[in-house]
Amino acid sequence: MLDLTTLDAKDTDGKVKQLCRKAIRPHDSLPDLPSVAAVCVYPNFVSTAKEALSGSSVKVAAVATAFPSGMSTLKVKLRETKWAVNQGADEIDMVISRGKFLAGEYDFVSDEIAAVKEECGPAHLKVILETGELSTLDNIRKASDLAMEAGADFIKTSTGKIQPAATLPVTLVMLEAIRDFYYRTGKKIGMKPAGGIATAKLALQYLVMVRETLGQEWLSPDWFRFGASVLANDLLRQIVKEQTGVYQSFDYFTKD
Amino acid sequence: MKKKQKMQKKAEIKSALKINFSTDWKYDPAPESADHIKLEKKYDLFINGKFVAPKKGKYFETINPAKETKLAEVAEGTEEDIDTAVRAARSAYEKIWSKISARERGKYLFRIARIMQEKARELAVIESLDSGKPIRESKTVDIPLAAAHFFYNAGWADKLDYAFPGRKAHSIGVAGQIIPWNFPLLMAAWKIAPALAAGNTVVLKPAETTPLTALKLAEIFQQADLPPGVVNIVTGAGATGAALTRHPDIDKIAFTGSTDIGKLIMKSLVGTNKKYTLELGGKSANIIFEDAALDQAVEGIINGIFFNQGHVCCAGSRLYVQESIAKNLIRKLKDRMETLIVGDPLDKNTDIGAINSKAQLEKIQSYLTIGIEEGAQRFQPACDLPKSGYWCRPTLFTDVAQSHRIAQEEIFGPVLSVQTFRTVEEVIEKANNTPYGLAGGVWTDKGAKVFSITSQIRAGVLWANTYNKFDPTAPFGGYKESGMGREGGVHGLYPYVELAS
Repeated sequence: MLDLTTLDAKDTDGKVKQLCRKAIRPHDSLPDLPSVAAVCVYPNFVSTAKEALSGSSVKVAAVATAFPSGMSTLKVKLRETKWAVNQGADEIDMVISRGKFLAGEYDFVSDEIAAVKEECGPAHLKVILETGELSTLDNIRKASDLAMEAGADFIKTSTGKIQPAATLPVTLVMLEAIRDFYYRTGKKIGMKPAGGIATAKLALQYLVMVRETLGQEWLSPDWFRFGASVLANDLLRQIVKEQTGVYQSFDYFTKD
Repeated sequence: MKKKQKMQKKAEIKSALKINFSTDWKYDPAPESADHIKLEKKYDLFINGKFVAPKKGKYFETINPAKETKLAEVAEGTEEDIDTAVRAARSAYEKIWSKISARERGKYLFRIARIMQEKARELAVIESLDSGKPIRESKTVDIPLAAAHFFYNAGWADKLDYAFPGRKAHSIGVAGQIIPWNFPLLMAAWKIAPALAAGNTVVLKPAETTPLTALKLAEIFQQADLPPGVVNIVTGAGATGAALTRHPDIDKIAFTGSTDIGKLIMKSLVGTNKKYTLELGGKSANIIFEDAALDQAVEGIINGIFFNQGHVCCAGSRLYVQESIAKNLIRKLKDRMETLIVGDPLDKNTDIGAINSKAQLEKIQSYLTIGIEEGAQRFQPACDLPKSGYWCRPTLFTDVAQSHRIAQEEIFGPVLSVQTFRTVEEVIEKANNTPYGLAGGVWTDKGAKVFSITSQIRAGVLWANTYNKFDPTAPFGGYKESGMGREGGVHGLYPYVELAS
């Protein structure tokens, strides 16, 4: 239920390959650990990631639509999306136009999501609301409803570039929106809190929230993902502690 | 025709949608440790600063309602014991408490409050053991709030001239106080703190099923060097309480409990010069308008009725939902009830603990049958219940009419009756159509609506977009058969002073 991410302007093929290696086998001394759910990269690294992950269950997600600001024309966004899908991306992470949303131009935001969804074809669409810029829980609820109606497969809190990123209250509001949408339409939508979830303990609180809001079926990588690369190492540390009885130094866990 | 059938089928599928809360992700037990708790085998009466054996030598058991095991034996106070206690209180009043400076009184109260905070964990565990309430509640509500009442009233002790500007506040003498089993320590604090702050002395009778934290409080009084006789605690059942209200040398009676007993007390006070305050039952309306934040309202409804197993006089036990959102809201409510955890009061995950006593459980169960006989629909989640102990699943009744007994009578358990309404006028009429008038809740996104509606509901406490919020600075008390007088805030000092101009 975890996505590993590298979204730096200084990313290279080498960096992406290393991350993919970790995604397949998170900790070499524990070979039985499952792989992570997906690796999230910029569109130009999709083919690199795809190749590095071939034969594994790990999916490739590409951020598109002028990530992280979303400040570009629809035409550019659509071409970027199409290109990433053609490169082999299994999932597309788009950002909504927050400026337009705050200006009340909901039709614009909705049409944009619908258009991107069409370009995605078979790829899953995650819609990033960038909740840290929406300011109120009312807005977050409104944006969640709007994204789901427009065709999102997943709704995601943040790009990771803006603070605050994912928080418990924001995630609860989005989970409640997903539940109400499910009851209204019968369609299940996935949830991805991203950024700010660094420890296993905090992750557990999120999982409790999912369990108590959406129940059993959402407790799966198909419907719930953590976008938190730092979390991976704390999880590994807890798993090793469970087996050995003592906490290992972080030096024993690879950063990439 | 085909289109219509298709639409109908779609609607059927949608209404059959159900979120599956019976997950394979189970919670491990997370019990609060009770190892550090020291309970005596036998507790005597606390009179004149010392624990003394009851004159008739009788004791009764107090049990843990979650396990049906004995926690301790507690003395049964009789008329003779009450008399000794009242004499001790009178003497302490005349010789010490009315003589020392108001600042000194305040210092004692501050000291008691601080010791309560230091012993908060111990008090919380004992409260949960003795009453059955979840440790989460005793830790976050009962004990901190009890200490807060001492802190708050300690502040008033030397500022009574400012509480009643232009008047001189005199103490009245000896107060006889009888408290219920639902918030044992908190109710003791509600009663004792303002009485002492205003310069009175006290004889307190705790409820027979939950006397332990009051006796622990007696130990705190000893530790705080509170002068002997200022507070006396006489445990026992109804007869002990009756002896206290009858005693001729009591100046004021403060009672919290059922309306039936409240009426008896009121009758027994006729022709005497005793002042009195009564905090009695309730059947409070929790009103949800279509423009409310529904998920928040659901949390408020749950808190309103299932807090402390529904053993709350101001519980929001009548739910009124606007018809336009009723279906949606009730589904949310049922979903939320599926995730409630009923069980071990000492487990930190527990939402609903044990019913306080066997007698109370039987009373609640009789209403569960009455509801069905009256034609209402009953819903209970499929939660597991422990084998021994007194337990009741959280219960929801829909299709309830105003004339049903489950909508009229106080059940004092985790049972919610739901009715719908269409207009503002209708819901105000329904909310007020009750012999009670203790509390109520209104849920709406519009501020103006809040003020317009709360001012038309005849109840002592009204919450807007929240429920069961308590604070020592806020007065609490009822209209009609829910009681007389107020406790808390400046209003709570009134019953303990005589005002001279």
